[in-house]
Amino acid sequence: MPFFGKRKYSTGKAKKRDIPDGMWLKCPACTEIIFKRELDAAFGVCPKCEHHFQIDRRMRISLLSEENSFQEWDTDLRSIDSLNFTGLEAYTTKLEENIKKTGEKDAVSCGEAMMGGHRIALGVMDFKFLGASMGSVVGEKITRMFERATEEKLPVLMSCTSGGARMYEGMLSLMQMAKTSGAIARHSQASLPYISLLTHPTMAGVMASFATLGDVIIAEPGALIGFAGARVIKETTQQDLPEGFQKAEFLLEHGLIDMVVPRNELKGEIVKLLDYMNGSSRDQGQ
Amino acid sequence: MPGYTLPFEKPIIELEEKLKELESFSETQDIDVSLEIERMQEKIEETRRKVYSELTPWQKVQVARHPLRPYTSDYIEDIATDFVELHGDRLHADDRAIIGGMATIDSHRVMILGTQKGRDTKANLECNFGCAYPEGYRKALRLMKMANKFRIPIVTLIDTPGAFPGVESEERHIAEAIAVNLREMFTLSVPIIVAVIGEGGSGGALGIGVGDRILVLEHAYYSVISPEGCAAILWKDRAFADKASEALRLTANDLIEFGLADEVVPEPFGGAHANREEMSATLKKHLIKHLKAVSKISPDQLLQKRYEKFRAMGLFASGPEGKQKKPEPKAKEPETTQDEGESTQIPESEKQTKDKA
Repeated sequence: MPFFGKRKYSTGKAKKRDIPDGMWLKCPACTEIIFKRELDAAFGVCPKCEHHFQIDRRMRISLLSEENSFQEWDTDLRSIDSLNFTGLEAYTTKLEENIKKTGEKDAVSCGEAMMGGHRIALGVMDFKFLGASMGSVVGEKITRMFERATEEKLPVLMSCTSGGARMYEGMLSLMQMAKTSGAIARHSQASLPYISLLTHPTMAGVMASFATLGDVIIAEPGALIGFAGARVIKETTQQDLPEGFQKAEFLLEHGLIDMVVPRNELKGEIVKLLDYMNGSSRDQGQ
Repeated sequence: MPGYTLPFEKPIIELEEKLKELESFSETQDIDVSLEIERMQEKIEETRRKVYSELTPWQKVQVARHPLRPYTSDYIEDIATDFVELHGDRLHADDRAIIGGMATIDSHRVMILGTQKGRDTKANLECNFGCAYPEGYRKALRLMKMANKFRIPIVTLIDTPGAFPGVESEERHIAEAIAVNLREMFTLSVPIIVAVIGEGGSGGALGIGVGDRILVLEHAYYSVISPEGCAAILWKDRAFADKASEALRLTANDLIEFGLADEVVPEPFGGAHANREEMSATLKKHLIKHLKAVSKISPDQLLQKRYEKFRAMGLFASGPEGKQKKPEPKAKEPETTQDEGESTQIPESEKQTKDKA
């Protein structure tokens, strides 16, 4: 028995709790303890190290758009279990859990909002809801948003995050990639601007459709962005992954995105872009 | 076909072995067993028919992956004449996982392209087991845009486990390459006929899969994720691939049922690999039928219809709780004036979008 061995301290079975509002939490990047309310006031940016926490759609909407200007479209769409999918857990159970957990019907909210004097169409994905996976509802809402934006000559800002297509909806979900891309083709042909904002994480089917089709693609610092997951790549190729692989900064370096913008500068940068790309319609916006 | 026997083909193989015994017996013993041989042959045919008419989704996946199944290059060889292969994406490389070029099918000039698998190790190394890099999708788009320029219809053949998951793939932006293809394929105003001939592996398949007609071979599959990948995530064990195959609804008939494909192309009994010649002839017939029908549509109409076709994909509920929106049942194609040859469409009852309310 090692005499000077490290003593094992029992920390008991203290469960990792979901810390309710107004409590403290630990930043995974700098390990500092931060006050939740302070974090919320900074839209989820660590006041100590500027680590960007994931934020839900409501916070994202208030970050990006003028106060109370967001009017949500197509709020009545709901997912159904078309395939009667049962894995270890049924899709319907998963849906119910996520609806209860988030108070939202599905993983994306789309609507119109004002941003720096521009009337825009704004879509915001929410990782809290089933990893923001894209099923029929997500695809339909985004498609409708692009169609309406084309009709009403609005620029589109899409705040992306997603684990990919929603397996529970099988091929119905894969085809949403084509459907949304078709709507974007029409929006683009009408010479309307589309800005895509990639937040942590944006992967797979969403990346291989609307997320990468922006005229301008912006990413948040440190966001994980890619097509295939790191584990799959490692298993398939037996390759070592380069430093910072699939991080926003890696994508910038490889010429895959236009810019990496910290959260507190996002609105200003996007408004500047809109001023250039959407200049002529700005005055009509009010 | 030693070494390539699928587990469920065992009964057929056993009978074939018995037949061989009988034959050698008749040769050596000089006894007439021709009647027995004939009966055995009938039995083999019957067993093959039975096995292949009752394939489970997981068995179909295995048939779709059969190493002797005809590949894109085989079909191009069998179906088309005067194939002129075009190479490269003009940016980085010539990806051998997607091949393509101009060809003639009967009297139709086409741009034909598709994902390509290899039959042996050397070929598979060359074409990366049918998993394309970004340059593959960019080459495909280059060829399709060229087809659009010269008003040549496009035929794409899909047979891939998926786009290649690798560091270089990511560095050259595989996701963007696929996304751009999806968007651009909605703007090409020449007919596009898509046929899933083997594996329809997720985004890597869809990357050349937007078109005016989507045909699926009887035992091909088309899935949002590989059955193994799905099993690993949702069952926590890849061994549940058979269960995942069922749950994912990835067979040709499933695609028709959900309004995601237009027609099932029947395979010879025993699958495409059992009779390449027959399979190629059938596929050719179907391609020509659809090329003829779609070529009659004006370019504007074509783009509108293609948009509407994909626009209708998806199932969800809307309105007050309890009510569900279904996509319109697939509109009957008015432009299909009397197809030539026999109609091989699947029965109407199977084609209708099932109401699963």
